[in-house]
Amino acid sequence: MAEPGPRAPAAAAVPAASSGPPVMIVSALSKQFGGLRAVSEVSLELYVGQVHVVIGPNGAGKTTLINMLSGDLPASGGQIRLGDRDITRLSSDRVSRLGVGRSYQKTNIFPSFTVLENCRLAAQSRAPHPWRVFRRAHDYPDTLALAKKAVAMAELDGREQRIASALSHGEQRQLEIAMSLATDPTVLLLDEPLAGMGAEESARMVQLINKLKAGHAILLVEHDMDAVFAVADVLTVMVEGRVLASGSPAQIRANPQVQHAYLGAEHDHG
Amino acid sequence: MLNPTRVLLAVALVALIAFPLTGGGIFYIQLLTKVMILAIFAMSLDLLVGYTGLVSLGHAAFYGLAAYTLVIVQPGYDPMSILISLPAALAVCAIFALVTGALVLRTRGIYFIMVTLAFAQMVYFVFHDTPLGGGSDGVFINARPLVGWDEWRLLDLNDRTTLYFVVMALMVGVYLLLRRILDSNFGRALQGIRVNEHRMRAIGFPVFRYQLGAYVLAGVLAGLAGYLSALQFLFVNPEIISWHQSGAVLMMLILGGMGTLSGPIVGAFVFVLLEEFFKDDTVFGAFAKHWQLMMGGLIVLVACFLPRGLIGLVQRRRELGEAKHDG
Repeated sequence: MAEPGPRAPAAAAVPAASSGPPVMIVSALSKQFGGLRAVSEVSLELYVGQVHVVIGPNGAGKTTLINMLSGDLPASGGQIRLGDRDITRLSSDRVSRLGVGRSYQKTNIFPSFTVLENCRLAAQSRAPHPWRVFRRAHDYPDTLALAKKAVAMAELDGREQRIASALSHGEQRQLEIAMSLATDPTVLLLDEPLAGMGAEESARMVQLINKLKAGHAILLVEHDMDAVFAVADVLTVMVEGRVLASGSPAQIRANPQVQHAYLGAEHDHG
Repeated sequence: MLNPTRVLLAVALVALIAFPLTGGGIFYIQLLTKVMILAIFAMSLDLLVGYTGLVSLGHAAFYGLAAYTLVIVQPGYDPMSILISLPAALAVCAIFALVTGALVLRTRGIYFIMVTLAFAQMVYFVFHDTPLGGGSDGVFINARPLVGWDEWRLLDLNDRTTLYFVVMALMVGVYLLLRRILDSNFGRALQGIRVNEHRMRAIGFPVFRYQLGAYVLAGVLAGLAGYLSALQFLFVNPEIISWHQSGAVLMMLILGGMGTLSGPIVGAFVFVLLEEFFKDDTVFGAFAKHWQLMMGGLIVLVACFLPRGLIGLVQRRRELGEAKHDG
């Protein structure tokens, strides 16, 4: 296999499984915090049916990148396109309604609500009807169905009525994903979904991500290298805010720059 | 379904209905009317504080604006239909809430508290320092608004017992209205905002608009209470807009228990009735003039030992989505 350049376009590595045009196109996206350039001219494309994993050492700008894609942080430069639409300057709630779901590195749920209500609220945002103040929130079958589907997809069935704060850490991570799914997204941005998980929980999460691939374009930030190579279709390596390399897992593994800068000599996963 | 809160509310309501029929004195009829008006006021604040997570220290602005609207709309000696002055009062509150809400909701936490207070103080000084509503001495309203039109009368609000029952019906109505709203999509979203505003935004809710909706609704309901208060006493002075008033209603919430609808009602009753009790010099003698000391002490105790307020003694807070078992 030909060795990719440091900025090999992701498109070159699109596997046959994914089809159609990219649903999200990020071009030359940058974020400046005062004197610090946290993200510098990052470009990538996300396709339905493909898991695009972003790896890199701490401080590489991965979470900042996700925060810009989800609208949590305004970009300092560059462009984010969702289909034909420029979403670079949209607020996070607009971005969410346009079909971009995200999960957070630090669990970010409604701890005092039940599992089902966490997901129902998320689903409600797709058909919000705020003016129908005399119709009970539970009388929207479509919203409820979407919430229950998300609960089932995240494998939380049977725990719908549990209070979210009473869930185990792993289950809370699943709920975090279920809430994103309940918004029926096209693009899923997952920020370290495996953080703090045990081996068994991690394996389940990897399975879940592979299952979600079918209907979603997924961008995943993850540190767990076993998990990364188990799910990645495309890998982007970030170092100090820049893309060091991008390509298929095999290409990345063979890339001497990556080996030197990030993966280290001990790395021989496969 | 039988649960302690519902039983408590039902018993209280029956007692309130029975009270005038048992020949309860005019003094108590008036006192309880005042309490029920304050219960409406407290419920309206709870929508902001207890359900949306917005601690306002300027809620009396709406109460006072509605009361002064009655003064201004009906200046003469002829009574005017409630169908004119009440909608006018509520509309003034809605507009004021919409305009000030758009500004205060850009702030959070301590800043929100201070900015709501600042707006209320501005309203206070408008009525205190200008002749618009009689200045610092206050102003009498010369006639009670009519419930009816032209020659036709539905009710005579000059009858104290009638007014008592009208206010009671409105209190129950506001309670039922808010309960229904809080269980709607809008109400659920507000409660989501209280728990985790950031995540609400991330799952696609335009948080600001929902908060503004809650702010306007709370302002209008507070206006209803202020209007009723002016109608009851036929006298309005700037003190009803002062920060004491905003603070008092907040204390009712703390006493009764915020984040429930029965809590503010209980809080209003306990607050006013205890105030009367502590002020009673046949019980406390000369110390009665230090009633605020006793009231303050009680509120400190409740805040420390009953974080869910008095209602927490009988009611477990139901979390969103849990099967229903209380009111």
